[in-house]
Amino acid sequence: MNQSFLDYYNLQPLFMAIHSALCSVMPEGLAIFLEGLVVGVIILVLYAVLAIVLIYMERKVCAAFQCRIGPNRVGGKGGLLQVPADVLKILTKEIIELKNSDHFLYNLAPFLVILASILTFSCLPWNKGGEILHMNIGIFFVLAASSIGVLGILLAGWSSNSKYTIIGAVRSGAMIISYELSIGLTVLTMVMMSGTMDIQEIVTSQANGWNIFKGHIVAIAAFIIYLIAGNAEANRGPFDLAEAEQELTAGYHTEYSGMHFGFFYLAEYLNLFITAGIATTLFLGGWMPFHIAGLDGFNAVMDYIPGVIWFVGKTFFIVFLLMWIRWTFPRLRIDQVLTLEWKYLMPASLLVLLLMTICKVFGLVF
Amino acid sequence: MGITLQEIVFYVVAAAIMVCSILSVTTGKILRAATYLLFVLFGTGAIYGILGYTFLGAVQLMVYAGGIVVLYVFSILLTQSDKNMKYKIGKAKLVSVLLTTLIGAALVLFLVFTNGFALNMIPQGEELPAREIGLDLIGTGKYQYVLPFEVVGVLLLACMIGGILIARKNKEEEEK
Repeated sequence: MNQSFLDYYNLQPLFMAIHSALCSVMPEGLAIFLEGLVVGVIILVLYAVLAIVLIYMERKVCAAFQCRIGPNRVGGKGGLLQVPADVLKILTKEIIELKNSDHFLYNLAPFLVILASILTFSCLPWNKGGEILHMNIGIFFVLAASSIGVLGILLAGWSSNSKYTIIGAVRSGAMIISYELSIGLTVLTMVMMSGTMDIQEIVTSQANGWNIFKGHIVAIAAFIIYLIAGNAEANRGPFDLAEAEQELTAGYHTEYSGMHFGFFYLAEYLNLFITAGIATTLFLGGWMPFHIAGLDGFNAVMDYIPGVIWFVGKTFFIVFLLMWIRWTFPRLRIDQVLTLEWKYLMPASLLVLLLMTICKVFGLVF
Repeated sequence: MGITLQEIVFYVVAAAIMVCSILSVTTGKILRAATYLLFVLFGTGAIYGILGYTFLGAVQLMVYAGGIVVLYVFSILLTQSDKNMKYKIGKAKLVSVLLTTLIGAALVLFLVFTNGFALNMIPQGEELPAREIGLDLIGTGKYQYVLPFEVVGVLLLACMIGGILIARKNKEEEEK
């Protein structure tokens, strides 16, 4: 099969050219340091911009599901400047200090949450040659880094010295630790299907068909389990009992103000994006264009759309699915959440893993 | 250039590990000790990263930072043992602690300087692919590890059953 379309928008030659140009005027160590600095700034800017887009989207989607209009005053007809205005406002707010609490841990907790989020964020495959952190065990690193976030939540709950926050934190901790199992098992299923843990290679292996089509029933089952568990992992409804406004004020971040609260809020939305991005990578072919076998003209047109547009488009589609779920289902109780994971989802994902092994051994995947 | 970027990063990480290890045993609050321990484990993961062995780095993050420390913090939260732990240390204890530290340090230094660094024994450049690790782990040939793998698996199963046995509610007691 001719796969030259993969190289239309390859970013690697560009980056190599920049690197060698820098190396010709300065020592290599300094060049790498400067590149790292620039990439870091790019990650942070992208992170903030995406958060603004996602918050705006959430408000509009939520409004649509509740038969409202949503933000529509600030910045013209669609309320486009509402979220930037909110961002500016939260930046001016005071960061309060609590009495009788452990200040060091209290101030550290939001940074742990955001650290986990940014580490996983930088593993997403944006385009061919457009990955930021590239390692041959990429997807395993994503799982490992995302498990740091729960520590931030636990520390935030404990160091705020309030019963609401501690209940929220313990609930959230129990839930995230449980649902990590399902996520790990479904990711393992897809790793087995592609035969590699390298994120870019997982994407390239889907050049002749996305995993969700190649793995048919088994992959679709894994996809659904991944979406449910991913929703829980991002602490979003119907699994938002860590926050549970009606019972716990705001759960583990009740006592936070200003930008410290902003960090939790940012991380929540970006975790949603990361969950969707990993789902895109594993099941929907990452930055691979959409092909229909036989329609060569159609396929050629699809090939000319840059990979980054495919990736962002698919990811936002999954984000929409997750928002749909959030605003449609009522919240579960903690015992229901744990029952769902331990009695249904985890056995189901073990079964999916087994089925995938059988399919793979007998060549039933395409 | 006497010093490379890699060395600078190594010294920064090593210093952070040292400071955090000392802080984690000298701090008076148990949850802070767990947090400093977390930083030490991050640092160890970073050192694996500097060596170019990302698999072990990720395992370090996953098992220790994401697993063990979460377990510690969870049990600290559930047992509510947040009281200050600044104990008075007696003279005899202090002397014995210092002596143990000195002997330990001497032993480690002796081993390091007599055996030399392992730098030249590690193949440089390419990282060992995860596929090879997996195949070795379940292979039965020479230098392959299926027996330890299975033994550890059985051990974990036994631990899990034991945990469930301790944690589960007794049905007869509940009915009364």
